[in-house]
Amino acid sequence: MSINPLKIWRNEKSRQIIIQIIVLIIFGWFISWLAGNVSGNFERLGKDLSFEFLFIPAGYDINQYLISYNNRDSHLRAAIVGLLNTGLVAICGIVIATIFGLFLGVLRLSKNWLANRIAYWYVEFTRNVPILLHILLWHGIIINTLPHPKQAIDIFDVSYLTNRGFYIPKPIAESGIGLFYLFTVIAIIFAVLFSRYSKKRQELTGKQFPVFWINLMVIILFPCIALAFNNFPISLSIPELKGFNFRGGLHLSPELIALTFALAIYTAAFIAEIVRAGILAIHKGQREAAESIGLKPDRVMNLVILPQARRVIIPPLTSQYLNLTKNSSLAIAIGYMDLVATLGGISLNQTGREMETMVLVLLIYLCISLSISSLMNWYNYRVKLVDR
Amino acid sequence: MKIKALLAASVAGVMFAGSVLAGTLDDVRARGKLNCIINTGLAGFAAPDDKGNWQGFDVDFCKAVAAAVLGDANKVSYTTATGKTRFTKLAAGEGEILSRNTTWTFSRDVDLAQTFIGVNYYDGQGFMVPKKLGVKSAKELDGASVCIQTGTTTELNLAEFFAGNNMKYNPVPIETNAEAQELYKAGRCDVYTTDASGLYATKMSFDNPDAHAVLPEIVSKEPLGPVVRHGDDQWADIVSWVLRAMMSAEEKGITSKNVKKLAAQDNKDKEINRLLGKDPLQGLSKLGLSADWAVNVISQVGNYAESFERNLYPLTIVRGMNALYRDGGLHYIPPIK
Repeated sequence: MSINPLKIWRNEKSRQIIIQIIVLIIFGWFISWLAGNVSGNFERLGKDLSFEFLFIPAGYDINQYLISYNNRDSHLRAAIVGLLNTGLVAICGIVIATIFGLFLGVLRLSKNWLANRIAYWYVEFTRNVPILLHILLWHGIIINTLPHPKQAIDIFDVSYLTNRGFYIPKPIAESGIGLFYLFTVIAIIFAVLFSRYSKKRQELTGKQFPVFWINLMVIILFPCIALAFNNFPISLSIPELKGFNFRGGLHLSPELIALTFALAIYTAAFIAEIVRAGILAIHKGQREAAESIGLKPDRVMNLVILPQARRVIIPPLTSQYLNLTKNSSLAIAIGYMDLVATLGGISLNQTGREMETMVLVLLIYLCISLSISSLMNWYNYRVKLVDR
Repeated sequence: MKIKALLAASVAGVMFAGSVLAGTLDDVRARGKLNCIINTGLAGFAAPDDKGNWQGFDVDFCKAVAAAVLGDANKVSYTTATGKTRFTKLAAGEGEILSRNTTWTFSRDVDLAQTFIGVNYYDGQGFMVPKKLGVKSAKELDGASVCIQTGTTTELNLAEFFAGNNMKYNPVPIETNAEAQELYKAGRCDVYTTDASGLYATKMSFDNPDAHAVLPEIVSKEPLGPVVRHGDDQWADIVSWVLRAMMSAEEKGITSKNVKKLAAQDNKDKEINRLLGKDPLQGLSKLGLSADWAVNVISQVGNYAESFERNLYPLTIVRGMNALYRDGGLHYIPPIK
């Protein structure tokens, strides 16, 4: 039997396949043309595509590093330092924005007129101003209104607020701290098991424990016992004014504070709206039913409304988390040394490898975004299963 | 936002670079305008005046090249660039010349495929502090917060200087000079560091310049000069000889005032004749320039000293290393023969 091309074309299924193959070929050709064009023009410019620069000494200093770093370390390590700084801001920002946003979202639905209006105006003001202005504003406020280190605002002689940042005491572990870590882990494991047990108990008997307070006590008390047992193997490094600046202690730079704060309060406004939408999506019958069986308002919210609203909230919340993380690249405007400022900034400029560094920065942001996305998808999937 | 712009610039750079390589002179003539990449704003070197026209030492050089090539110093369109974007912009063909206080270094010359055509300003990195700090030497800066303009050789010099003197510091990297100034003024940093010329320029733009002092230490060599792309030797020659013509003119006493007169008469010094087109200058046609190229440069922009005095004297910058060799400086100009 001969194959009739017209017949294949008329069959819907095979036609779809043919069209997809053609599109794929065109797309592949386009990609290879782009790649060829780039490499061709690189050659004509006398440039080559090489990532060797990652392993030569960076030569510049970074003012905030979570892993040890000095200017003799490689560009790669500088990039990792920047990446960790990005991570720090993103994580702190996400945590604060979520808590604050949740609070605001609930407040926005409050029957109290004042609370309701405050939340409303906050949301409208914050989300209608570009994030860059938020960052510059908070940075400006810190460096222009707080005093110079020599006239620092003194909090109990251990913490200081200055326009160079906040200096707080830093705990330093000494020998014998192992027991403390061990007890902390034990306390956390206990807390998890205990909440599971009490939940099961409640399901069976209806009796409740004050789970939160018991767990809190255990988590605080256990590590303290461990500390007392080994004669408190922790010392505090207290910031002290020496020369131009404070030395010792933990230094939170104005850039870190301004960036985290700006990202958090900006994103919180969006999260508040998402939370509000999620709560409003739950039929009022649910609330009425919960109230009619005698649950207190906070229990109605925590046990009935929020668990259901979560399903509506999580997908758009994911994009807010992604936005916050990507917006953290605006750090460069105030000189916070994130990934863009190190690898995509000074390293780029010192080595002149704009294509390589930009490709790397792009790929790294892509990886971060995809990880956040898949984590949230996983959570979304779990919430779905539990609810239905 | 930054990433996008940079990426767009670099993609554009690699995609269209092919068309801008050779025949730069023809491109400029066909367009009737020279595209020049300058600083986003540094008093004395490139800054808009009260009418919005760019003025400054680096701007003058753009004008000089336009005068030589197009016969009119005003046929320049300016593109600004930060320390970070400048090389990408040059490579992408957004300008034919990068005239933006650019330090000549090995890796920029060789690895970035650019041609430094000479030095028009010998500079060095210095430090500025508020006088009330009472600091007299850069070696007393242990523990200080230092504002740096990023994307320059400055970060490396700073790191080496502080490490070499066993001192610690807290770097505060800032993208442009204007933003760095604001932070320094607000007291975010104790010290502001960049090339000494930039420090003087910055200081003069303050409300109270006398409250700040530039420390005596100069911690690096910063030969600044115009840059062109690799691969068009004719264009590189044109740009470099425009610079030399301006310096030669100073050496021979040719100024914007007397250049027309000297060009009309037969001078005893035959080098003046060759420079001003009275006597033939062998090879000039290979550059594609007309005989009055240098006359245009000097009459419309002035010689090196005139440009220096007009732009940099108001900043209290002295000639120093930037005097001609016969006056004790470093500018030694190859003969116009």
